[in-house]
Amino acid sequence: MNDLPQAPAPEPDPTPYAVDSSLSTISKATYFKEAALKNLFLLCACVAVAGVGLIFLFVGLKGWPIFAKVGIWEFLSGAKWYPTKGFFGILPLIVNSLLAMAGALVLGAPLAIGTAVFLSEVASPKVRELVRPAVELLAGIPSVVYGFFGLVLLRPIIAQLFGGLGFGLFTVWIILAVMILPTIAALTEDALRSVPEGIREASYAMGATKWQTIWRVLLPAAKIGIIDAIILGMGRAIGETMAVVMVAGNARVIPDGIFKPFLTLTTVIVMDMPYASGDHRTALFGVAIILFIISMLFVASIRVISRFGKEMS
Amino acid sequence: MQSRERMNKRVTNGIALGVIGLAAIATVGALGTILLYVIINGIGQLTPAFIFTWPHGVNMEGGIWPTIQSTLYVTALAMLITTPIAVLAAVYLAEYAVQGRLVSIIRFAADSLASVPSIVMGLFGLALFVEGIGMGFSVIAAALALSFLLLPIIVRTTEESIRAVPKYIRWGSYGLGASKWQTVSRIVLPSALPRITTGVILAAGRAAGETAVVIYTMGTMINAPVSPLDPGRTMPVHLMLMAQEGINMPAAYGTALLLVLMVLGFNLTARYIGRRNRRMQG
Amino acid sequence: MSDKLASHFVAPKAGPAYDHGDKFKVEKLDFFYGKFNALTDISVGIKRHAVTAFIGPSGCGKSTFLRCLNRMNDLIPGTRVEGRITLDGNDVYGPGVDPVDLRRRVGMIFQQPNPFPMSIYDNVAYGPKLHGVRKKSELDGIVEESLKRANVWKEVKDIMGRGGLTLSGGQQQRLCIARVLAVEPEVLLMDEPCSAIDPTSVQKVEDLMAELKDRITIVIVTHNMQQAARVSDYTAFFLQELAGEPAHLIEYDRTATLFTTPKDRRTEDYITGRFG
Repeated sequence: MNDLPQAPAPEPDPTPYAVDSSLSTISKATYFKEAALKNLFLLCACVAVAGVGLIFLFVGLKGWPIFAKVGIWEFLSGAKWYPTKGFFGILPLIVNSLLAMAGALVLGAPLAIGTAVFLSEVASPKVRELVRPAVELLAGIPSVVYGFFGLVLLRPIIAQLFGGLGFGLFTVWIILAVMILPTIAALTEDALRSVPEGIREASYAMGATKWQTIWRVLLPAAKIGIIDAIILGMGRAIGETMAVVMVAGNARVIPDGIFKPFLTLTTVIVMDMPYASGDHRTALFGVAIILFIISMLFVASIRVISRFGKEMS
Repeated sequence: MQSRERMNKRVTNGIALGVIGLAAIATVGALGTILLYVIINGIGQLTPAFIFTWPHGVNMEGGIWPTIQSTLYVTALAMLITTPIAVLAAVYLAEYAVQGRLVSIIRFAADSLASVPSIVMGLFGLALFVEGIGMGFSVIAAALALSFLLLPIIVRTTEESIRAVPKYIRWGSYGLGASKWQTVSRIVLPSALPRITTGVILAAGRAAGETAVVIYTMGTMINAPVSPLDPGRTMPVHLMLMAQEGINMPAAYGTALLLVLMVLGFNLTARYIGRRNRRMQG
Repeated sequence: MSDKLASHFVAPKAGPAYDHGDKFKVEKLDFFYGKFNALTDISVGIKRHAVTAFIGPSGCGKSTFLRCLNRMNDLIPGTRVEGRITLDGNDVYGPGVDPVDLRRRVGMIFQQPNPFPMSIYDNVAYGPKLHGVRKKSELDGIVEESLKRANVWKEVKDIMGRGGLTLSGGQQQRLCIARVLAVEPEVLLMDEPCSAIDPTSVQKVEDLMAELKDRITIVIVTHNMQQAARVSDYTAFFLQELAGEPAHLIEYDRTATLFTTPKDRRTEDYITGRFG
């Protein structure tokens, strides 16, 4: 058991020493200043929350009357979008958006993941210095330039090869795939890089080839990050407007072929807004709020999946 | 292991890695194709006349100066509005925030804002700034709408930059009797500044290329805005309209090239700052 | 010394060498990282104007205890202190006490030298500037004197504009010491200051400890027993006997006594190298 440790020899008690010994307390001024600063920063952080709220408020309010008039279910599941005649069903638009997104994903995700694997596992540092900036640059190209490119180069080629005008799902798939590629690739590369090096070494030490390591060990280990990347890509694909409107052809039907023009949730707004009025205009705001909700659902699902994944590991 | 299995392993490996390499080639190839096509077709347009004069006539002959001015104006204004707020918000998240419901909500809101389709943001700007507050089609309405779009991007990059400053540097400051704000303002933020700047410049590149937001908040009128309440037409909007009308394709190519050069300029500047910073930190 | 700084406190006068009252008095201190009890029942008096060494096997909480003395642990979320620590008789954890001012009076040197990414001059001037010293002439004087006291002035006086990070490890650490000295602390807490620097610099740091202790109370955490024996007047031995259990203060005595005739068996085992 420990006694109260003291210096063994008795010593003179400290004589009142020429030291100002009281500890200063926090002055009111300092306390309020620090608290005020903290709250100012909190306020700035809450601008994001305010933004979301404002979007809901203003876009939602402008779009609400159409839901009240037509009914949310009717709006979402109605198969006819002829607003000038009073038909406000956006189901075909939803289907078209999903089709566009799906095809872009099928084309773009493997390419993106392959590029990410290349950057993370295969490329030599010199090559990496070349390819990674290329991916970042691809991310920075404005969507209207992608659409322009699709319009002037891709469309004629597809028209030549497959007949028709060259507008349609197929063209949209290609353009969207290239657009979501950098998003998915960057996140996938991050996910791969955060897999600890030791796992790779362990795999190689067991005699696995590089591909076996990638396929059986690394990609599964980075699964959650890759899924996040893909969902983000999906969100981007479904929300893209400008590039799609320039190559989709914009006809108001569910296309009966992949080379036929079609309309999506995003392009309908661009096409109709210039001349829409009254209920039609309200309906377009309704479409916008639906789009917003869809994108928030994507964000929420990423969170849920990430949390689920963390609990699993 | 049988030598045949060993052979198979190696063959599969070779093929797989080859396919992966092809993916990377396709990616770089896509970039190269787009850039080359735009450059080849647009380079002929890049005369001083094109850059500095106004378009005239039905066919928009002439130059695109007002669109350049519109683009630069709205980008600068948007960055001015959003950067201080975003940086301070990031300071809160990185330095003051405690894990809790409020922080979760803030992060969810920031992520949602980051993934808003730009056309929704455009309609939002139309509803609130142009019509609701009554600013009309104007640079300021577009800048405000753009700021909401850029906010989460800058918050994210700034927060990462702040977190990258090592803990023991901060402790050195606290150990000298510095308050939290003194430490953040005199040590942490200056250390993180180069990376923050990189993030801001990249965000500016994004703002310059935005179309859907700007078209509903700034309009499509050919104009060189002077006051923030003036309308205007930015380069991306101009490009889209020219491409859709199809009358003056050379001008469209020229606009596309200028736009790409502008965005590339932002990108390369950001990269240069990042590299120089890394070299100085040793 | 500048008037500005003087108005914040009164500098301790160099007292007679034998006047060893308690600068810090620690009574029944328990420390918790969240639920984990890291230190228990620590009671000790840290003598004024002397060098006290904390020794013990690595991971036994010496640094944690050191950080209690200037409330640096407040910066780690989830930590809790029970018991009492007084500085010159005043409760360090008392209600309303300003930890920021406490840390100016009780300075800290860390194991890993951590100069700011600024010039050498700005590093040392950072502290005084924090506390209101503005005039260049005053700052110049403080900077020069602090670098001299830290035994590094000769090596840096011609390169004051260069970045602090361009110095060698030992020079960086002495720069950090100069930086702390510039705010005229009464106490210097040193957390294994010599473990990451070259032997010549170690020598210089030990020399300056001997010079400084006339005016400053020094506490040093070290896992190098020879160093503890060389530089300290008093030594405290800490031990965590089983993993997961809190650490205790096993023995505290004058250094000479503790190293030659330790009273506790465990102290003797540690000193003679039987474990740790």
